[in-house]
Amino acid sequence: MSFVTGLKCRECGESYEIAALNVCEYCFGPLEVQYDYAGIKAAVSRETIEARPQNLWRYRELLPIETEPRIGLYSGYTPLVKAERLAAELGVDELYVKDDSVNHPTFSYKDRVVSVAITKAIELGFDTVSCASTGNLANSVSAHAARAGLRCFIFIPDNLEQGKVIGSGIYKPTTVAISGNYDDVNRLCTEIADKYKWAFVNINLRPFYTEGAKTYGFEVAEQLGWKLPQHMVIPTAGGTILPKVAKAFEELIDVGLVDAAPSRIYSAQAGGCAPVVNAIHRKSDLIEPVKPNTIAKSIAIGNPADGYYVIKAVEKSGGWGESVTDDEIIAGIHLLARTEGIFTEPAGGTTVAVTKKLIEQGRIPRDESIVISVTGNGYKTIEAVAPGIPKPQVIPAKLSDFDALYEAAGEPPLSDKAVNG
Amino acid sequence: MAVQVRIPTPLRKFTDGRDTVEIDGDSVSAIIANLDVKYPGLKDRICDEDGSVRRFVNLYVNGDDIRFLDNLTSAVKEGDEISIVPAIAGGR
Repeated sequence: MSFVTGLKCRECGESYEIAALNVCEYCFGPLEVQYDYAGIKAAVSRETIEARPQNLWRYRELLPIETEPRIGLYSGYTPLVKAERLAAELGVDELYVKDDSVNHPTFSYKDRVVSVAITKAIELGFDTVSCASTGNLANSVSAHAARAGLRCFIFIPDNLEQGKVIGSGIYKPTTVAISGNYDDVNRLCTEIADKYKWAFVNINLRPFYTEGAKTYGFEVAEQLGWKLPQHMVIPTAGGTILPKVAKAFEELIDVGLVDAAPSRIYSAQAGGCAPVVNAIHRKSDLIEPVKPNTIAKSIAIGNPADGYYVIKAVEKSGGWGESVTDDEIIAGIHLLARTEGIFTEPAGGTTVAVTKKLIEQGRIPRDESIVISVTGNGYKTIEAVAPGIPKPQVIPAKLSDFDALYEAAGEPPLSDKAVNG
Repeated sequence: MAVQVRIPTPLRKFTDGRDTVEIDGDSVSAIIANLDVKYPGLKDRICDEDGSVRRFVNLYVNGDDIRFLDNLTSAVKEGDEISIVPAIAGGR
């Protein structure tokens, strides 16, 4: 049974029936799914949720579907890694990495939002799904569409990493690359969505799609033992995940699954594309769009649709925003790999580097719990780090050659001393 | 000085269902003013009480966001295309 009561404009409050509709026709504000929270509170408990399969649908009362989940039965419930070596390096007591670099099936947090959007697309009777994407979303839509047997069109900027292009193409969608940046792709897709009436997961299905992002926050709280983290750092691109994690925490409190407690949320952006962080620093809620110029292509969105709501959520939580340079982003990727054995894409490097910066600034205290959001996988973006990785040394298959190499290298290159766990 | 203005679905009830209309004017603000003369009520949906573009509306001249041009005073000429696009879209 569903607890969804309808759609409502976040700005003017106008109500709408459930449909493939994302914009209020009166004020152009975004539409958001409404629920009967009293009903949900009566229907769920920690025990009912814990007894369910470990996928994102374990929180289904708080997700906007009417029928059984059609897709995403292996998506979500990714590890919350206790990051002790990274914590030692950053000089903090309690640090976790919420690791969506291993989300099923396409290795990014997008498998959450797409599972919800495509289930909704099927419920609403669509046979074609589509998206505007910087890569990860296209990968996820293509894979889920293949599994659901739906027609798929994806639209991407023409400068993406090879791994992201092939990582969609393998599922045989129709791929269209637009000469321009993501904001150009997005604008065109808004007009295509208007004309072709497909299920664009991040346009006309956006109210449902974004709800899927809440599961990232639900899981963090459940995995912490039904507690909110005191600090959580989240990357910002279009601005979907951060406000939805904030909403997830509020909903968990509202339906009685966690106790209310301060939980500060921080926005992480690349210096070469930081319209939201810039606005936070100006103490303004007006976003000035920028032309992106950063190695972190998956978060290179200069005109973030939900940027305003990121600012509001950060402000309400008592958090902050920071940006870092491309060099710091690369260093962040290396730091996470070297200390925790997790290889993330530049968006994750951004979050790691911003967390480091916020700790050094004293904005995040060293003795409170911190969660770093890793939302994408480094194996898709090897171009970003390839220049800094030494080529392997080639030797003949003879022990004497290895001995000579070992002698020449001196002290064996142990990266660090071992720790337990 | 006719400019093509692309109308998004939520505003087409003002334009008798047309997705593109031709409007005279030499700047974006002049186009919006003339649009409202021809299709009364449209300006209210695009601009707030102060006359600024609403938070959730983006305007483009030949594909360029007017915030990268001269905002509402951006010049337009014969044959240009203005798009009115709801801001809420996107993802990654």
